[in-house]
Amino acid sequence: MKDYFNLALNNLRHRGIRSWLTLLGIFIGVMAVVSLISLGTGLKMAVGAQFGISSTEVITVQAGGISAAGPPGTGVTNKLTRDDAEAIEKISSVDVAIPRMMPTGKMEFNDVVGFGMAMSVPDGEERKVVYEMVDVEAIAGRMLKDGDTNKVVLGWNFYNSDDAFGEKIVPGKTVLIQDERFTVAGILKKKGSFLFDNMVLMNEDVLADLFDYEEDVDLIAVKVKNKDLMERAKEDIEKLMRQRRDVDIGKEDFSVSTPDAMLDTVNSVLGGVQAFIVIIASISILVGAVGIVNTMTTSVLERRKEIGIMKAIGARNSQIFMQFLIESGLLGLVGGLVGVVFGVLVGVLGVLAINSWIGGEVAPSIDFVLVGGALVGSFLIGAIAGIVPALNAAKENPVEALRG
Amino acid sequence: MDKRKELIRLRNVAKFYEMGDSVVKALNGVNLKVFEGEFIAIMGPSGSGKSTAMNLVGSLDVPTKGTIYLDGEDISTLEESDLAQIRGKKIGFIFQSFNLIANLTVKENVMLPMTFQGMDIEERADKAEELLKLVDLGERMDHYPGEISGGQMQRVAIARSLANDPEVILADEPTGNLDTKTGTIVMEFLERMNKEGKTIIVVTHDADLARKYADVVYWLLDGELDRVTGKGGKSLFKNGKKKRKGK
Repeated sequence: MKDYFNLALNNLRHRGIRSWLTLLGIFIGVMAVVSLISLGTGLKMAVGAQFGISSTEVITVQAGGISAAGPPGTGVTNKLTRDDAEAIEKISSVDVAIPRMMPTGKMEFNDVVGFGMAMSVPDGEERKVVYEMVDVEAIAGRMLKDGDTNKVVLGWNFYNSDDAFGEKIVPGKTVLIQDERFTVAGILKKKGSFLFDNMVLMNEDVLADLFDYEEDVDLIAVKVKNKDLMERAKEDIEKLMRQRRDVDIGKEDFSVSTPDAMLDTVNSVLGGVQAFIVIIASISILVGAVGIVNTMTTSVLERRKEIGIMKAIGARNSQIFMQFLIESGLLGLVGGLVGVVFGVLVGVLGVLAINSWIGGEVAPSIDFVLVGGALVGSFLIGAIAGIVPALNAAKENPVEALRG
Repeated sequence: MDKRKELIRLRNVAKFYEMGDSVVKALNGVNLKVFEGEFIAIMGPSGSGKSTAMNLVGSLDVPTKGTIYLDGEDISTLEESDLAQIRGKKIGFIFQSFNLIANLTVKENVMLPMTFQGMDIEERADKAEELLKLVDLGERMDHYPGEISGGQMQRVAIARSLANDPEVILADEPTGNLDTKTGTIVMEFLERMNKEGKTIIVVTHDADLARKYADVVYWLLDGELDRVTGKGGKSLFKNGKKKRKGK
């Protein structure tokens, strides 16, 4: 077998540019598949991070039936209330239900006005729960505590870059929010999420006063007693909310989403995009395979005399078949190899580009199973494409073949 | 009764080709015997059937009629793969146009027949080097066929024909593409092989060459055996009257 590989490699080395050009299809197809799967995995992680999706046992209840991806509470007429949160908390599977306010507002610093999102942090024990839920901690200064009436904690981007306000904001500085003065108590550690890295955290009472919240809230974050109860809690909350808002099944004007469900939504959208591109890549690979059939058929015709010589000096049909089959497989493998190299490169560069674009921190990774699969697949596609030409080569009559 | 070992025998062998509605009788009822260690020439003008005879003797083709025995075995009805096996082991080919594989070095060309017999790579390399030294090409082993002269290519072909230590060397117009001097060198190599015990069959249209080197010359004409002559032109067979009893 090694001899056939050597002979095939030798023949490949002497092939003209025409043969290599026919590999473009395989190259493009494999590159597309490898880069998009690498990129897609990175993209899913990046998007997941943007939505602050973690694997904690948190269910998010929002009014309006819009997904958690949109600004919570915006444009909703029938808002959630603190009573809703209290009612949810009474459900047996629920540990705690925390009403949250996430208004958009105006912030001024260094004579520059900007707009962004603020998030309420409740007092007491619930403060700890919220910090755990959204997984935040201070990298500079400190987090908010009870009684901080004129203090805020800012997201990483305010501290890291002077893009927004012409100057980096550090703890101790004073900012104007909705024209009220606040001292920056601390800065959140980088989350890699656009939402959290540009967030302003305020104590709940202060935020409610500042943005005129009364009974209504933007969302209710529900912590379930344990992870196994997630689905049951979700169903119970939905049932309760339907009763409280007097709506039928299927006509809900609210949404109850689990982290898994949010990830599923992200995955299904990205999965759809990936599936589309995989179809395009498959067509490309098919075109590449037809190219190999064409190249190998031409090669068999051009090398009739060589086939004749090999038969004259003792090559059996099966040996000629194997040599051409392996040569065809190697042709596919070369296309696949170049495709994998470029695909991995595009995938890594793409993930880095996504990171710098949305401030994510997804580490580019090389999926060796994918790479191995792509290479084996390329060889097999090449070999399959070479079956008929190799059979034709093997069946050549030695006398006629020797005539060339 | 001849006591020498009969290596090849053609009995009433015919090869017909269908060309549209007509049938071309390339070879018709030819009888031929080759004994071990003989130097045989198959002579004839263009279209006489000598190439067809070479293909049949060399087991590259099977006859339409008649029987061919190689080393006592009837090979007339064998499948191509079985014939390939026989060719690889028992017959070494030398062609007019050398028929070396351009992508392979001189040494790799000589190694190729051994590759098809499944010989170990080191053994192949050693044997190829030994054979190339034998044909005075020890210094040219790593050259490609395009980098050496016609005479050298034919010597490579001779080395390749000896690779599997075959019983018969079958040379088709081995000097056809060479000048007289180089042709003589090639023929002397074949003569040397013959003296060392190899059976040589040369297909040629060069009567002088046939007379000079061959023990027995089979003269073909229009697909039939016209006559058989021995050393010095002594007639052994003519017009169906058998005279040949052996060497």
